[in-house]
Amino acid sequence: MNKMGAMNAEDMKNYKGVFVFAQQVDNKLSGISFELIGEGKRLAEKLDTDVTAVLIGSDVKNLVDELAAYGADKVIVVDDPELKDYRTEPYAHALSSVINEYKPEIMLVGATAIGRDLGPTVSARVATGLTADCTLLEIGDFPLVALPNQEQKHNQLLMTRPAFGGNTIATIACPDNRPQMATVRPGVMQKLEKVEGAKAEVIEYNPGFTPNNKYVEILEIAKAVSDIKDIMDAKILVSGGRGVGSAENFKILEDLAEVLGGQVSCSRAVVDSGWKPKELQVGQTGKTVRPQLYFAIGISGAIQHVAGMEESDIIVAINKDEDAPIFDVADYGIVGDLNKIVPALTEAIKAEMANK
Amino acid sequence: MKVIVCIKQVPDTKGGVQFNPDGTLNRAAMLTIMNPDDKAGLEAALRLKDQYGAEVTVVTMGLPKAADVLQEAIAMGADKGVLITDRVLGGADTWATSTTIAGALRKLDYDLIITGRQAIDGDTAQVGPQIAEHLGLPVISYAQEIKVDGDSVIVKRQYDDGYHMLKAKMPCLITALSELNEPRYMTPGGIFDAVNAEITTFGRADLVDVDDSNIGLKGSPTKIAKASDKVRKGAGEKVVPDSPDEAVSYIVGKLKDKHII
Repeated sequence: MNKMGAMNAEDMKNYKGVFVFAQQVDNKLSGISFELIGEGKRLAEKLDTDVTAVLIGSDVKNLVDELAAYGADKVIVVDDPELKDYRTEPYAHALSSVINEYKPEIMLVGATAIGRDLGPTVSARVATGLTADCTLLEIGDFPLVALPNQEQKHNQLLMTRPAFGGNTIATIACPDNRPQMATVRPGVMQKLEKVEGAKAEVIEYNPGFTPNNKYVEILEIAKAVSDIKDIMDAKILVSGGRGVGSAENFKILEDLAEVLGGQVSCSRAVVDSGWKPKELQVGQTGKTVRPQLYFAIGISGAIQHVAGMEESDIIVAINKDEDAPIFDVADYGIVGDLNKIVPALTEAIKAEMANK
Repeated sequence: MKVIVCIKQVPDTKGGVQFNPDGTLNRAAMLTIMNPDDKAGLEAALRLKDQYGAEVTVVTMGLPKAADVLQEAIAMGADKGVLITDRVLGGADTWATSTTIAGALRKLDYDLIITGRQAIDGDTAQVGPQIAEHLGLPVISYAQEIKVDGDSVIVKRQYDDGYHMLKAKMPCLITALSELNEPRYMTPGGIFDAVNAEITTFGRADLVDVDDSNIGLKGSPTKIAKASDKVRKGAGEKVVPDSPDEAVSYIVGKLKDKHII
């Protein structure tokens, strides 16, 4: 039985520093790893400490410099042939052993299909709390306001996350256990400017890996073959919903995206209809995007969609339904027929660009 | 073969979200449903019942009214239901929830445990893997397909960039994605069975190997500092142009103001 109970104050003091899980797949670091280092650095400055990336895999030492270039002060490398491809058990053993050995105050993991499996397993193993899918992290007091008969703790990690399908937000603390663990939604935190040639202190650590009943066998690995650019990196997104009407009609959105140097994305309805692949889906069950300009075309604006795009700098909505909820978040809302407006808009922008 | 499916009764946030006049969420007006990922997990278990005669037990934790969701599952074809309910278990976060459910499962026989990947009210995806960890079982999350192969399961596990086919020896725990299958409807015979079905209630005292420091609000390491209904950015301008040309010049004007073109 994993037992927890609150840690005593002396034990808690032994936990120091901000650690981030440096996710890699096929020896390529995932974007979330750099985002976590960037965010970890921001938190570490407030706590007057440093950021350690935990790199887990097989033959991954060559990735250390890249982690340093994005701001990692230290890198703990757990390198073992058992860790070649992600499996819950050897990875959970690796990360929990690192936590037990090096005792971080904060442990951040990406809320990816890997991190959302690894995070809960590790938090249960090291017996601490975990807050899922955070979109904002701050250092502050818990409770937020001092209460009689309750100690107010300072320098706590305050983790904010959406719940109820994005209808509510909650800020969570983990005041009596360490590390304070969070999974962080990809695409929300900012990575730092890359500094070529930056170096990190490297610590190699191997807790030993002995296969047991929890080691599953990988029979096959299938990669989705795709040359689609990640919509999370796009500066301009032209996003279509059910109102676009058909897969063919997305052509008018693609034309608009092309003149603007942007990319096409879509709502869940479009993926469910089979018009576009899931990797272009924005929203609660898709990707979180924050481009400079987001066109919502023929998208009604269900809360689950809005949750994935409302941080965009400028939102332009075109919809024939005057009451569509998308107009509640749009900076500029146009009630009208997308089939007439979008092609004409593409031509007008082309003309503007030509005049420059 | 014995299969346990963990299910949760949740407010229906999809489509039917209701707001109070002040813009806050009107929970009382929202219907409750069986959490979609859990329902797919139940359907997967019922297919194992159809194929291999597996015995399917559904387990839920919640207020006494959560028994409704067990009856729905029995009406779909599950054999038995277990309701974990006790005042001292209230206010549990994912750690306390998973220690509680693990404590109940220690009292039951199983070869396979299926949970949904995540519930639509919390969206955490934590309780399934944490139950597996407490019970010392292998876990396979994000299942898109489940097959039984002798004493093992073969599962198609979704990733962001593709999938893995994984094989695990039973007993093990699988978390199901709603796209796993199309759950069946309740049948008239099933609804009749559900009325007479055996639903066992577990309280705190029935939990095996669970310490008081690990249950309920007090046993929850995460604490809510504040919760609020989401403050949206708010609407900007909305125009109803007389013609597409007018719409276009409006948008072009705005894009120029913002130096995008």
